[in-house]
Amino acid sequence: MSTAIEVVNLSKEYRIGAKQTQFNTLRDTVMDLATAPFRRLSNLMHGEAYGAAELSESLWALRDVSFTVQQGDVVGIIGRNGAGKSTLLKILSQITEPTQGQVRLYGRVGSLLEVGTGFHPELTGRENIYLNGAILGMSRADIRRKFDEIVDFSGVEKFLDTPVKHYSSGMGLRLGFAVAAHLEPDILIVDEVLAVGDAEFQKKCLGKMSDVAGEGRTVLFVSHNLQAVRMLCKYGIWLEGGKVVQQGEVSTVVNQYLGASQHFDSPSPVQTTSQKQISLTAVRVKSTNAPEWGLVQVGEPILVEFKVVCQKPITNLNLGFGLRSESGDTLAICYSAPYQTFDLEVGAHIIQAQFSQFNATPGVYTIGTRLEANGIELDWPRVDLGQFEVITNEVLYGIRQESLINGKFFLLPEWKQMTYQEVSHEAIL
Amino acid sequence: MNPSITPLPTTNQQSPTLVLKASRGWAALQLGEIWRYRELLGFLIWRDIKVRYKQTVLGVLWAILQPVMTMVIFSAFFGGLAKVPSDGVPYYLFSYCGLVPWALFSGGLSRSVGSLVSNANLIKKIYFPRLLIPISAVVGGIIDFVLAFLVLIVLLALAGFFPTLRILWLPYFILLAMVTAMGVGLWLSAMNVQFRDVNYIIPFIVQSWLYITPIAYPSSLIQNDVVRALYSLNPMVGVVEGFRWALLSTQTDLALSVLVSSGVAFFLLITGLFYFRRMERTFADVI
Repeated sequence: MSTAIEVVNLSKEYRIGAKQTQFNTLRDTVMDLATAPFRRLSNLMHGEAYGAAELSESLWALRDVSFTVQQGDVVGIIGRNGAGKSTLLKILSQITEPTQGQVRLYGRVGSLLEVGTGFHPELTGRENIYLNGAILGMSRADIRRKFDEIVDFSGVEKFLDTPVKHYSSGMGLRLGFAVAAHLEPDILIVDEVLAVGDAEFQKKCLGKMSDVAGEGRTVLFVSHNLQAVRMLCKYGIWLEGGKVVQQGEVSTVVNQYLGASQHFDSPSPVQTTSQKQISLTAVRVKSTNAPEWGLVQVGEPILVEFKVVCQKPITNLNLGFGLRSESGDTLAICYSAPYQTFDLEVGAHIIQAQFSQFNATPGVYTIGTRLEANGIELDWPRVDLGQFEVITNEVLYGIRQESLINGKFFLLPEWKQMTYQEVSHEAIL
Repeated sequence: MNPSITPLPTTNQQSPTLVLKASRGWAALQLGEIWRYRELLGFLIWRDIKVRYKQTVLGVLWAILQPVMTMVIFSAFFGGLAKVPSDGVPYYLFSYCGLVPWALFSGGLSRSVGSLVSNANLIKKIYFPRLLIPISAVVGGIIDFVLAFLVLIVLLALAGFFPTLRILWLPYFILLAMVTAMGVGLWLSAMNVQFRDVNYIIPFIVQSWLYITPIAYPSSLIQNDVVRALYSLNPMVGVVEGFRWALLSTQTDLALSVLVSSGVAFFLLITGLFYFRRMERTFADVI
């Protein structure tokens, strides 16, 4: 196997925020306003970016990122928002230049950072297929050859000669993805395209993506959908704050990523919240019978742990938490009171909640929390502290995929066949 | 750590197809790349033409109406009222013959200046040579030009002007108008990415440029050779005079002004190309 992508010490700096300049007198201020246009003009003539000289704060979106991808590998890039995933893809797609380091690409690169890039609303579906195809780097002959396939895949045959501005957003997405799906580069770079569209569209995209991956192309794939990353990719790269935290086999990287998002072992931010009597600092979740935090198997018992730090003794603490899906829907809200309240001394405490079964369908979930005592709110972190992923276990592999993908809850009843005689005496019928 | 994803250095026998790294200073023009992307250039031009008159009542008639209306106004006020001389040709033909290449130039310039900003979504999402955008904006004006030119041919025929061998020079003057529009367009469109001020200046530039170009008046009003040479620093002087010389057989001494105008036009184009290539690398970050 040979190398497809080599990334060597890649860094990208963005200048942000204006430098604070002290003006002591009105004269200074006026002088600055008057000379600023000339300064900018001279920067412009020297080929510097707008206002670059005036921006001192810099942000390293990527810092010394290095990795190698072999030909035919499908690699998922994961990380929180702002971790540098999109910047990395932009550099690999040649949209922006790195500040330091370099990338060596072996083969023709096709990138898909957005579905339907360059679609013109006034042009018809047919015209946009050609335009979009050309923008993505297909030749006119390629597009003509694959035209029927693209139309078939998109499912918008009837509206081919309708301007795209009259399309529903779903139709536009389908058409855009259909064109992109027929790109045949050696190296394919795909950003979060699965985040848009309905469940059916996402499933279609995933299917096509796994076809592409199966054809032996090198694919670099960014997604927040960890289930999709697990399904499609062989290797994972986890970025955090512009740096590679871990790379390797996809399930290892994803598990580590989920485990780390619990913040459980980090020192408690007691000082920063010292004005509060009590604060909830971390949440972690796991299957009760499994060692790994951050992973929950469908239908298994689960354990949720809350870390609470008290500055003063608290009585009658009522701990509440909400369960949110990836799309931001609140699925459940649960308070410990009136069933259970806690009396806590000064210091750090762990509060556990156990469930005999957890039946949400596979995906990533977050947990938000709220603390109150005697009806008074004590702490309500506005960010969801806990994150975990629900996965299917081997026992459920024989199950129809749609019962895991569609719907929010997975039901596992006990089925039983009865004869009419057996039930009739209970007068049900 | 997996064997497949290992930290560098990795040795590799083949040479990379593409190396991406920070570039400094002036960049090579890489006109070969534009040639490789010629199909996309074609599609962009086609899109601009296709979309320009969408959802208008008069549609492509606008391409003819604009120069014709201007001709009518010029003929009434400059020709009729002010009695501006017109080198012995009917004034309406004289002015229209200048307005047709002028529309090609001014339309191309105006469109190219805003072209990068209006295609920001493309620039931020996909790679292709950025030069294609302003180039397609200028070249896309050719259809409008052809339509206005057809009207010119009809007017000429009605007035009894028939083509001579001089018409063989016409393509060069058309090219010169586009080169000028492209040269200035490249400079200003790249600046416009950083400073939207350019957008506000452009109507003023185009209007002023119209006055310093012999469209409403003949350049023969300028007698002094030195002044004429200076006047021809405006490349559109060579273009408009060339058009009249080729189509109306006006007796202007063309060589000097065409030479100076061509020099300036190609100078603008080449410096514009280099400036654009230099600024290009920050487009996606700044736009």
